Amino acid sequence: MSRHAAFKFILFVAGDTENSALALANLSAFCRTHLPNRHEIEVVDVIRQPKRAMKDGIFMTPTLVKTSPSPVRKIVGTLSDTHTVLEVLGLGDLAA
Amino acid sequence: MNPARARRAGIQIKAPTGIMGFDEITGGGLPRGRTTLLAGGPGSGKTIFALQFLVHGARHCEEPGIFVAFEETPKRIAANFETFGWNLAALQKRKLFFLDARPTPDLIQSGTFDLSGMLAALGAKIKEMGARRIVFDAMDIVLTLLPDQAAKRREIYRLHEWLLARELTGIITAKAGGDQESSLDQQPFGFMQFMVDCAVILNHSVVQGVSQRSLRVQKYRGSSFDEHESPFLIGKNGFEVAGARTLGHAHTKVIHERVSSGVERLDTMLGGGYYRGASVLITGFPGTAKTTLSGAFVEASCLRGERTMFVSFDSDFSEVIRNLASVGILLDRFVKNGLLRIVSVRTITGNAETYLLRIKTFAREHGARCVAIDPVSTMSSSASEMIAHSVVERLIDWSKSEGITMLCTSLVDEMASRTIGMSSLQISTLADTWIHLNYLAQAGERNRGLSIIKSRGTAHSNQVRELILSDAGVTLADIYTAGGEVLMGTLRWEKESAERAANEVAEVAGKLKHVRLNAEEAELEVKVKSLQTELVAKQTEKELLTRTSESREKELSRGRTRVRELRGGDTAIPRLKRVP
Repeated sequence: MSRHAAFKFILFVAGDTENSALALANLSAFCRTHLPNRHEIEVVDVIRQPKRAMKDGIFMTPTLVKTSPSPVRKIVGTLSDTHTVLEVLGLGDLAA
Repeated sequence: MNPARARRAGIQIKAPTGIMGFDEITGGGLPRGRTTLLAGGPGSGKTIFALQFLVHGARHCEEPGIFVAFEETPKRIAANFETFGWNLAALQKRKLFFLDARPTPDLIQSGTFDLSGMLAALGAKIKEMGARRIVFDAMDIVLTLLPDQAAKRREIYRLHEWLLARELTGIITAKAGGDQESSLDQQPFGFMQFMVDCAVILNHSVVQGVSQRSLRVQKYRGSSFDEHESPFLIGKNGFEVAGARTLGHAHTKVIHERVSSGVERLDTMLGGGYYRGASVLITGFPGTAKTTLSGAFVEASCLRGERTMFVSFDSDFSEVIRNLASVGILLDRFVKNGLLRIVSVRTITGNAETYLLRIKTFAREHGARCVAIDPVSTMSSSASEMIAHSVVERLIDWSKSEGITMLCTSLVDEMASRTIGMSSLQISTLADTWIHLNYLAQAGERNRGLSIIKSRGTAHSNQVRELILSDAGVTLADIYTAGGEVLMGTLRWEKESAERAANEVAEVAGKLKHVRLNAEEAELEVKVKSLQTELVAKQTEKELLTRTSESREKELSRGRTRVRELRGGDTAIPRLKRVP
């Protein structure tokens, strides 16, 4: 981990469903491209940890939660639209 | 499990909803362990239906439930349904769980998603509380977030499979626009309808300014059901379905017992009164004493000590009592001792369905054996004719199945229908006994006439009687027919007095004749006596005569013997020959 590790993500997935696998792949690719060495990804499988899903109010999977830096943001879906993801993460400049 | 096997094994295959009327329509409730689609427009009562299903399960069936709210916050839902007395707060501790699954407004979407997360979370909760029932309220909200039809279908399918795998009895509610038929066929609800085992459609419409709610079971796999539209109400205890005509479930026992109509001569005309459990219809123009006849029936019922209910659409509680007291029907005392309940339903608001449900609820509360409704035709003024008709039909059905003797009056508009007894609701075919009251305008008078048009299973008089109201009560009088005309009122009275006079004359004449005959008889008797006396005299005279001649003969013969003796002659007889 580098000292620039400013971005913390929790990715809620549901087992190895297609959507979840796709989201994880998209997120990894995204981070490699836009946030090299500046990210931490925690993957929570709601099938294994259903109570965590309930606690965090995660009902649609996959859901990406950016916990740091604030504000906390949520993106639902496979993250296939890189443009949206950049906007939400406040990295709009990078997209340009 | 297939239904037939389940029945044999004694396992309930239906999950009762506790919604009055709905369980009857479906023969026991929703399919257990299956999914039901509940579709309807905004404000059609989907959430109430679904929540009541859960509350009933939690309270009465030992079946805890989960309510998944996609649209409203659980807090708001709980607040909205506070008034129904379901005590949601207490239930929520163990038996009822609300999941706030509303998509957050700041939700950002990138690509497609699925509901696995929610299902996983719910799975854990179900295990924890042993839930058997689940409701997904406003499924359409979450479905609209999905990008394409395929994704929507996939999620519905996923949800359905998930429910089946857990053998949960589920309800999925979905909005289906105002114009239900068209919007329901749209994707993805069309697909949902095919997939689920049961589909219920709620409808809310306004007919002639009166709100009408109705419910229809569109499909129910593996079960028979009433497929017609059944009106329903959202009452103070929640959802109440008014339909439930349990055809084929004839609980009705045929009873031969008679109950008095309250008018002695009417009882005679009917061969003893109305049948217990019968429905009686009294039609008539305004002011033909329909209410009075209802009152008489009610009073008679109370006098027998039966619990009775009088529903008045026209008059106020106290007006009813006062008006009936004026014709010697005293109901006040029965209201006081609790036998009689007078329900006054002014014709201001409400629709026919509301009335029906209210009447049913009141009658049930009161335990009424006899019910009078005056006039039932009011219902048609606040609803379309068709609905009102079906309401009255169900009213009659219901009273029969409960064994309640019901008397309904129906107003006939004098101007509109000249034909005799055209009941505006056409309920005459349903009623067991139909009495028609009308006016006979004649010789400057209007008099009330009563005739029994029909009375099932009863030999009844075919004659028109005159109905007379006085402060002593209601009586019927024979009417006179003279020269093909029916005489009533003064004409009847005149005829009666004329007849009385004629009778008197005849009576006097008879007496006179009697006297005369008596005199003649006496005269003849005297004659007979004098003749008899004469006869006796003649007989005596005749006897006397005989006797005298005999004694003279004796005297003569004795005399001759003496002469001979004196002459000293022998007693030789031969000489006697010379004697002449």
